[in-house]
Amino acid sequence: MILAMHAPDGFLNPSTALSTAIISVMVVGLALRQSRDQLADRAIPLAGITAAFIFAAQMFNFPVLAGTTGHLLGAALAAILLGPSVGVVVVTVVVVVQAFVFADGGLTALGYNILNLAIVPVYGGYAAFRLFRRMFPSSFGGVAGASGLAAWSSVVLSAMAFSIQWLFGASAPVAFDDVFSAMVGVHLLIGIGEGLISALAVGAVLASRPDLVHGARNLDSTQLADRRAMKTRTFVVGGLLVALVFAGVVSQFSFDRPDGLESVAEETGFAASGSEHTLADSPFADYATAGIDNEKVSLAVAGVVGALVTIAVGAGILLAVRDRRGRDPAMV
Amino acid sequence: MSGAVRVQGLEFAYPDGRTALRGLDLTIEEGERVAILGPNGAGKTTFALHLNGILRPQRGEISFGSLELNDENLMEIRRRVGLVFQDSNDQLFMPSVRDDVAFGPANLGLRDEDLGARVATALDAVDALELADRPPHHLSGGEKRRAALATVLAMEPDILVFDEPSSGLDPAGRRELIEMLRGLPMTQILITHDMALAMELCTRSVILSEGRVVASGDTAEMLMNSSLLARYRLEFPHAPNPVTPPGPG
Amino acid sequence: MHEHSRAHQLAPEAKILAALGFVVSVAVTPRQAVWAFGVYTATVLALAVWSRVPIRFLAFRLTAVLPFIVVALIIPFVASGEQTAVAGMRLSVEGLWGAWNIIAKTILGASVSILLTATTEIPEIIRGLGLLRVPALFTGIATFMIRYLELVADELARVRVAMTSRGYDPRWLHQARPIAVSAGAMFVRSYERGERVHAAMLARGFDGEMPDFGKRRASREEWIGVAVMVGAVFVVAIVALVST
Repeated sequence: MILAMHAPDGFLNPSTALSTAIISVMVVGLALRQSRDQLADRAIPLAGITAAFIFAAQMFNFPVLAGTTGHLLGAALAAILLGPSVGVVVVTVVVVVQAFVFADGGLTALGYNILNLAIVPVYGGYAAFRLFRRMFPSSFGGVAGASGLAAWSSVVLSAMAFSIQWLFGASAPVAFDDVFSAMVGVHLLIGIGEGLISALAVGAVLASRPDLVHGARNLDSTQLADRRAMKTRTFVVGGLLVALVFAGVVSQFSFDRPDGLESVAEETGFAASGSEHTLADSPFADYATAGIDNEKVSLAVAGVVGALVTIAVGAGILLAVRDRRGRDPAMV
Repeated sequence: MSGAVRVQGLEFAYPDGRTALRGLDLTIEEGERVAILGPNGAGKTTFALHLNGILRPQRGEISFGSLELNDENLMEIRRRVGLVFQDSNDQLFMPSVRDDVAFGPANLGLRDEDLGARVATALDAVDALELADRPPHHLSGGEKRRAALATVLAMEPDILVFDEPSSGLDPAGRRELIEMLRGLPMTQILITHDMALAMELCTRSVILSEGRVVASGDTAEMLMNSSLLARYRLEFPHAPNPVTPPGPG
Repeated sequence: MHEHSRAHQLAPEAKILAALGFVVSVAVTPRQAVWAFGVYTATVLALAVWSRVPIRFLAFRLTAVLPFIVVALIIPFVASGEQTAVAGMRLSVEGLWGAWNIIAKTILGASVSILLTATTEIPEIIRGLGLLRVPALFTGIATFMIRYLELVADELARVRVAMTSRGYDPRWLHQARPIAVSAGAMFVRSYERGERVHAAMLARGFDGEMPDFGKRRASREEWIGVAVMVGAVFVVAIVALVST
C-alpha cells in the first residue's frame, strides 16, 4: 500500500544504500543511548513490548475509502507516546526484524528503509508535533489535534525522503518529478488516515493513562480534563499550514505537467538523442533527472523539499537530545 | 538459611497519590504456608512486590531471618525470595522455557555446566523437563504456571510468594499446582481469592484490607466465620468438601 | 520447517554474515551481467537443496515480493529514453533494464532472507545479530518484541472479533474510531505489561544487562565455510563489474 514501505533489494543504487546505511547506524546509535538514559533498566521490556504493539498495529488494517484499506506506519504515534528517541529505536527494531526474520524488505535496503520508515517519520513527526503543540491550546483536544497533524506530516515527510533518495540513487530512468508527485500525492491522502487514527489513539491513551503520553507530560490534570474539542479555527489554521507546505510543493509538479505520461513519451525523442544535460557531473543520478522539462526548477524544488525534510529531522533530533525532562520516573 | 519473614509498620503510596499500604505488620515462621486474603485493592500485590524489593518501603521494615531488606542485601534477598506472578506471560519473557529458567541463575553469575544443571533440577522439580525447548507462548495455562515456578526455583529460594497462583487454571491444572506446592519445603506465601485453595494448603490465613492486616488465624476457623468474610468482600465456596476440586468460578 | 540439515545446525552469526555477503554481491552486480545473475540463482537453488528447504516453499514465500515486482513492471511504461516495441506496446529500453535490475535483485535478496529464516530459529537470528556487534539493547528489545508479538496480536484480534460480533463492519475512514480507540487501549496494556515484566525481571536479579548464557559460537570451520562461499560470490560480482 505504501510504496516507500519495506523497499526490496535493488530499488536504489548501491552507493545510496551504503550512505543511507551509515546515516541510519549513526542516528539509531544516538537514539539507543538516549533511550537508555530515558528508560534506564526498563528499556528492554518496555521498548520491546511496545515494539510488539507497533508491529501488531501495522498489521491491523483500517478502512480508507469504500472498502479499500490502509495500515498504520505508527512512527509518529511511537514518537508522541514514547518520545522520539525510544520511538526511533522501537520502529527501527520493527523494520530490522521484518527484514531479517520475515524476509520483508531487502537486507541491502535496510539503510534507506530505516531512514524512511523510522528516522524521518519519527523525528520529523515529533518536530511537527511540538510545532503544533505550540500553536494549539494545552488541552486534551490540542494534544490530540497536534498528534493527528503530526502523524499526517510524518507520512508525507517519509514519502518526500524516498523521492529525494531517488534523485541520488535511481535504479531506473523514471524522472524525479514523476516519482515525487506520485509518492507525495498518494501519501498526502494515505496520511489523512494515519493522522485520524493516531489522533484518536493518542486521545484514548490520554483518557486512561495520561502519564504514558510522553508528548503531553507537561499537561496538568485540569488541562487534561478540558475535554472540549479544540476551536475549529485553530485546527484549520494548523491543517492549512501543513497543506500549504506540502501540497504547495507537490502542485508545482502536477500543474506544470498536466499530462504526465504522454509528455514523457514525447520528450523521449529529445532525451534519447543522448544530449548532454547540464548536470552530467552532478551527484544526482542521471536517471532521476532524465526527461524533466525544466531541470533547474525541478532541482530547486527538490532542494527545498530536501531542506524541509532535513530541518524537520534535525529539529526532531535536537528536541530529543535537549529534552532532559524526557527522563521518566524510574520504578526503583 | 532462614525462611522466616518479619514485616513491621510497612507503608507505601504510589506516585499518583494512591495509598496502598498503611502500617502492615506480619510475622511468618520458617517453613510455614500462609494465605493472604483480601478484596481487590487491599494492597496484596503491592505487598508482594515489597517482599523482594521491587517496591521499597517508604516507612517500616522488612527482614528475612537476620537479613534486613536494604540496598546492600538486595541481590541476596532477590535470590532468597522467589516471586511467582499472577500472569505467567509476565514471568516467561525469554524465547524458550530453558532460557527463562536460566535467566535468574545467569544473573547470579552461573554459566555452562553449573547453569545447565541448575536449570535441569528446577525443571525436574515441577515435572517440566520436556518443556525446556518450547517457546512459552505455545504452552497451556498449567504448563506455563509450572514453567514460571521453575524460573523461581532455579534461584534456590527459601521463600516463595505466589500472586493468585490458581487464576486461569483449569481444575486439573489447579490440582497439579496444589500437589506441587505441598511437595515444596520452603516458606510459602499465597496471595489468593481462592478460599478453597487456602483451606487445602494453609493452616494460617491473614486478611488484608486497606493496606493493613485486619485478621489472622486458623484458616478453617476464619473461613467458617461468614460475617468476617462478608465484611471484607470474601466468600467461602459452596463446595462443602474442601478435598473436592471446585468447578470453575 | 526446522528439520535437521547441516544448514539448520550452522551457527546463526555465520549464516547471517553469509547472507549479507551474498546480498551485497548481488546488489553491486551490474544489471547487464545477466550471466552473473544466473550464477547467483544457481547458488540459491543449490543452497535450498542443501538446506532441504523445498523449492515450493521458497516460491510460496516469494509471493510476498509480488507488489514490488508489479511496481517494477510499471517502470518500462513510464521511463524515458530510447523506446522499443514489444507486442505492440511502446516500452523504454532503459526502463526494461531498470525493471529487470529491480526484479532480479529483489527475488535473489528475498530468497536469501527466506533461506536464512527457514533454517534458523527466530531467537537464534537475534542472538546471531548480537554476536555480530549489534548493540545488546537493540537485540534485547527485538527479543522481547518477538516474544510478545503473538500475545499483542491475539489481543488485537480478540478486540476485532468482539467488534465484528456486534455488527461492526467499517467501510469508510470516519468509521475507524473504534479501531483507533482499541489501538490506544492496546498501547496502555502493552506498556503496563512492560512494567510487570520489568518487575518479574528484577525479581530474578536483572541488573539492566541481559545475561549471556554461554551458548555455542561459530567454529573456525564454519567461518572458513562462510569465507569460501562469500569469497566465491564476491569474485562473481567483481568479474561482472570489470567485464561491463
